[in-house]
Amino acid sequence: MERRGTGTTNGRSRLERVLRSGRFAVTAELNPPDSADPQAVYDRALVLASVCDAINATDASGANVHMSSVGVCALLTRAGYEPVLQVSCRDRNRIAIQGDLLGAAAMGVRNVLCLTGDGVQAGDQPEAKPVFDLDSVTLLGAARTLRDHGRFLSGRALEATPAFFLGAVENPFAPPFEERARRLAKKVEAGAEFIQTQFCFDLPRLEAFLRRVRDLGLHEKAAILVGVGPLRSAKAAEWMRSHVPGVAIPDEIIRRLRGVPSEREGEEGKRLCIEIIQQVRQIEGVRGVHVMAYRQEELVAEIIEAAGLLPRRVSSAVGLTSGAEA
Amino acid sequence: MVNSGVLSMSFLQNHPRVLEFAYQATLRGLMPFRRWLRPGGSVERIFVVAERVSKGPLFDCRMCGQCVLHSTGMTCPMTCPKELRNGPCGGVRLDGTCEIIPGMPCPWVLAWQRAEHMPRHGVAIESILPPLDRRRVGTSAWINDLSLPPVTGTFPSAGLADAQAMDRTPSGRG
Repeated sequence: MERRGTGTTNGRSRLERVLRSGRFAVTAELNPPDSADPQAVYDRALVLASVCDAINATDASGANVHMSSVGVCALLTRAGYEPVLQVSCRDRNRIAIQGDLLGAAAMGVRNVLCLTGDGVQAGDQPEAKPVFDLDSVTLLGAARTLRDHGRFLSGRALEATPAFFLGAVENPFAPPFEERARRLAKKVEAGAEFIQTQFCFDLPRLEAFLRRVRDLGLHEKAAILVGVGPLRSAKAAEWMRSHVPGVAIPDEIIRRLRGVPSEREGEEGKRLCIEIIQQVRQIEGVRGVHVMAYRQEELVAEIIEAAGLLPRRVSSAVGLTSGAEA
Repeated sequence: MVNSGVLSMSFLQNHPRVLEFAYQATLRGLMPFRRWLRPGGSVERIFVVAERVSKGPLFDCRMCGQCVLHSTGMTCPMTCPKELRNGPCGGVRLDGTCEIIPGMPCPWVLAWQRAEHMPRHGVAIESILPPLDRRRVGTSAWINDLSLPPVTGTFPSAGLADAQAMDRTPSGRG
């Protein structure tokens, strides 16, 4: 793909290099704090950085307001970490989004994950105005227009272009199951180079999805990272599947968690997550995992280690800019 | 928006071949009158009313002014609470209903089903639609279709061409 990053941040992102090298990639989700203190971000990043290739900063996930993903990513790049900027279409129109993309690029952000975003009703301020001026596919198109055409959507030229590595999400576990791969094809056509999926708790469904993905040849055009995460308890699992949009947890998973004494449910949830990682690794077309552990960041390192995914490249803070490694 | 045409709406939408034919016929029928059908003209107001009373009950039309029904399985994407034109989103519930409006079938689940039964335009559901031009909201999609560059096509190049061609504001609001 043509790449014309003419800003100071040209060169490939580390995540892209890991994926291109054929190594099994690991990304992890950082939940932005409800705080104006940068230390809150650094504390969370510290436990994630040494066990993953890139850290996702969520954009008001579940429509709950937290520190902005642009702010978190700016802090992370300053400290030498490799972030993935999540951009959702729920809260900003195309003018704000294009501006944020340039601002983030100027702060050294390369990886951008384009999503539609949960509806405002899912969050703590359901009275807010839902924007959805762009959707995930046209957002990808907008980011790609900045990068490849050096222009805004209006056609106005940029002085320097961003060097984005563009990602998208897909949820193989939500209807229409048969069409999810064709929907993914749209995102790949729009410019997605890596894909992070929703939480996987249903392997047969993931396998069916990936069969269709392989039939369409999409796994060769975009690197697919499967979303995984530990369940804290059977109760938490039930809450998640009824309250978090797009999360599907089969009954047998919940039965398995119920089958152990309540004080060991968390341990069982962790073991389950490790098993899922080991199983998805065997599926053709899976190039990595994306670990999401909401408010359990400390578990991520244990899971990644137990799944046999260490060592990752050590990412020492400060001075480790990908430009120098390129 | 609940309306009285719910029955006819679902019947016709589930037989999209008929609609596909009607769509072609309407456009062909209007072709000879192109020179009078200009956006912003007095004729547009009549068209806006005509579209409201026809597409309203049939498709629960939201008058976005840039009709893409033939690319979306004859299912209006504007009925999606996120107004997704390249959907569905990842929040669809396991029973195929909307994450935002409980009990409402996801229009994009229906759209993909219906597109299977559209011999002519069915594959168009796989093409990428550019973002909505908010200036066209409330104007006549039929007139826009005849006199403005099409909203379908490759994005983002279509978006760029569109931006240059659309340096006027619609007057037929309301």
